[in-house]
Amino acid sequence: MSENLLEVKNLKINFKTYAGIVQAVRGVNFEVKQGETLCIVGESGSGKSVTSNALMKLIPQPPGIYEEGQILFDGRDLVPMTEKEMTKIRGNEIAMIFQDPMTALNPTMRIGKQIMEVILKHNKNVSKADAKKRAIELIDQVGIPFPEQRFKQYPHEFSGGMRQRIVIAIALAAEPKLLIADEPTTALDVTIQAQIIELMKEIQRTSNTAIIFITHDLGVVANIADRVAVMYAGQIVEYGTANEIFYNPKHPYTWGLLGSMPDLDNDADQLLRTIPGSPPDLIHPPKGDAFAARNEYAMQIDYEQDPPMFEVSATHFAKTWLLHPDAPNVPVPEAVRKRIEGYIQKNKEAGIDLGKVGE
Amino acid sequence: MIKFILKRLMYIVAALFVIVTLTFFLMRIAPGSPFASEKSLPPEIEAALQEEYGLDNPWYIQYKDYLVSTAQFDFGESMKYKGRSTNDMIAESFPISLTLGIEAMILAVGLGVLVGVVTALYHNKFPDYLGTTIAVLGISVPSFILAGLLQYFVGLKWQLLPISGWNGFIYSIMPAFAIAVTHMGFIAKLVRSSMLEQNSSEYVKMARAKGLGKWTTVFKHTLRNALLPVVTYLGPLFAGVITGSFIVEQIFAIPGLGKYFVTSITNRDYTVIMGTTVFYSIILLFAVLIVDIIYGFIDPRINLKGGKK
Repeated sequence: MSENLLEVKNLKINFKTYAGIVQAVRGVNFEVKQGETLCIVGESGSGKSVTSNALMKLIPQPPGIYEEGQILFDGRDLVPMTEKEMTKIRGNEIAMIFQDPMTALNPTMRIGKQIMEVILKHNKNVSKADAKKRAIELIDQVGIPFPEQRFKQYPHEFSGGMRQRIVIAIALAAEPKLLIADEPTTALDVTIQAQIIELMKEIQRTSNTAIIFITHDLGVVANIADRVAVMYAGQIVEYGTANEIFYNPKHPYTWGLLGSMPDLDNDADQLLRTIPGSPPDLIHPPKGDAFAARNEYAMQIDYEQDPPMFEVSATHFAKTWLLHPDAPNVPVPEAVRKRIEGYIQKNKEAGIDLGKVGE
Repeated sequence: MIKFILKRLMYIVAALFVIVTLTFFLMRIAPGSPFASEKSLPPEIEAALQEEYGLDNPWYIQYKDYLVSTAQFDFGESMKYKGRSTNDMIAESFPISLTLGIEAMILAVGLGVLVGVVTALYHNKFPDYLGTTIAVLGISVPSFILAGLLQYFVGLKWQLLPISGWNGFIYSIMPAFAIAVTHMGFIAKLVRSSMLEQNSSEYVKMARAKGLGKWTTVFKHTLRNALLPVVTYLGPLFAGVITGSFIVEQIFAIPGLGKYFVTSITNRDYTVIMGTTVFYSIILLFAVLIVDIIYGFIDPRINLKGGKK
């Protein structure tokens, strides 16, 4: 196994508001290896975007507070770094793709200049002409025809999907080691989504960039992830390889997420399932397991003590008391199990070897 | 572009026609006459004066005469000051107001944008509170109070600048400052809120994610977008400032254009009223046109041709 490119250790991010201190991220641990894709999934308000912005130190301070924890990138801790040191890392070693391509580009600057800016900022000895050449190459690389004419245009002359490609080109401009994509496909329609995901996969194949992909779309996760972190209420509740999360989920929240994904193959005739209730108030996080109130399998201890991360396998962890040796054996809900079997069946038919995925 | 400007020039002519017509009828409705004074004139002299200025004609003849003379930009002789034509009065006093106005505008825009940017950048920190306080003070302290204070302290106590008069650049500093402070406050508030709005948009975050520093982000990305609403405000402001301020010019004894806007009305000096009104309207309408043209340069999304190519 290769070295970890990024290691996040017990990261806690708080926000000071008039109502009180919001504990947006409450002790998150994960790591990303070179060339690997980590997907962070979870519903709105679970702390996915805060985590991703925190990695770039893009949380405004105040109101944001880095309460605790380390962000080790290439062995260096980013948390104590000054703004000035961060400008050498941002865009250069870690780049970011934003959710809404319609607003992520400066409307009054030619897109060529917006790409060149990154190249010129991070390579002191590149001439303007070379930067322009490279920018045109990048526009071509992300699949936009007539790159030279496009170079001179303004963002409003591009469609949403095209703009997201430009945002990706900007992110790639300085050949970063880590790419953080914060819901890059949410604002796009489905066909464009697929194109953008293909583009990102191709980038990863050719440049061996590590990607952290934030999304709430499990379909996208299945397509792109090597590893998956499921977030709930500012914590990672289940963490494992994509196969482990999809075929052997252990956390009731993950079951809920899988169950609420529309599935036309396995139970098209059923009503769309939902997870009842809503996420807890993070100003006053509940005692015990944050998911307990919405968990139909909650036990007494869930309301009293926060569960630790239980190891399912060397790569698979879940934060639920159900994995405690003394807990009753709760099987995966019938509907979710049927779906998983459906997926496995489909993959077998397609000749995909899943390897060992739990029992 | 040329087509756009020609079209706008036509609108300006139409707007001027409406303004002249309204001014004419408002002047007629207002009671009094240019020849009314404490000593009442003998009726035959008043009649002779009325006749000389064509005020004895029926209103539609007078209206026609006004339209014709306005179209020729010849507003005629002042009815109050014998032997002085309205055009001369404007030509004499406008350059003074223009100089003062441009100085005031440079001060107001320069300081206003600076304070606005700093307050936005240090949002909810000490420089923000300080800058906002200065801006609010600037807006709320009337120019005549500020002018008086300046004259007393800077002029009289410390003897740094001349108290009043118009005799070179040094005389213009205090009045320009007195005019500028209110506008500076407004511009600072406008820039601040506009910058804050831009700062929450994703392209600013993107610029920071590219590794650009705080100030580079402001100057290369945020400021240009944040200045769009400010430019809108600057057009009419510019027209107002360069045509002089009655109060500040009176306090500093500056022979500018500002006083004619007020005195011509109290004197019922019909020709001067019409002259100053048309003059101000032309400047205002052109200022607005220029703002629209500048807009097209600052914001590429605005297409001056209107519609598709």
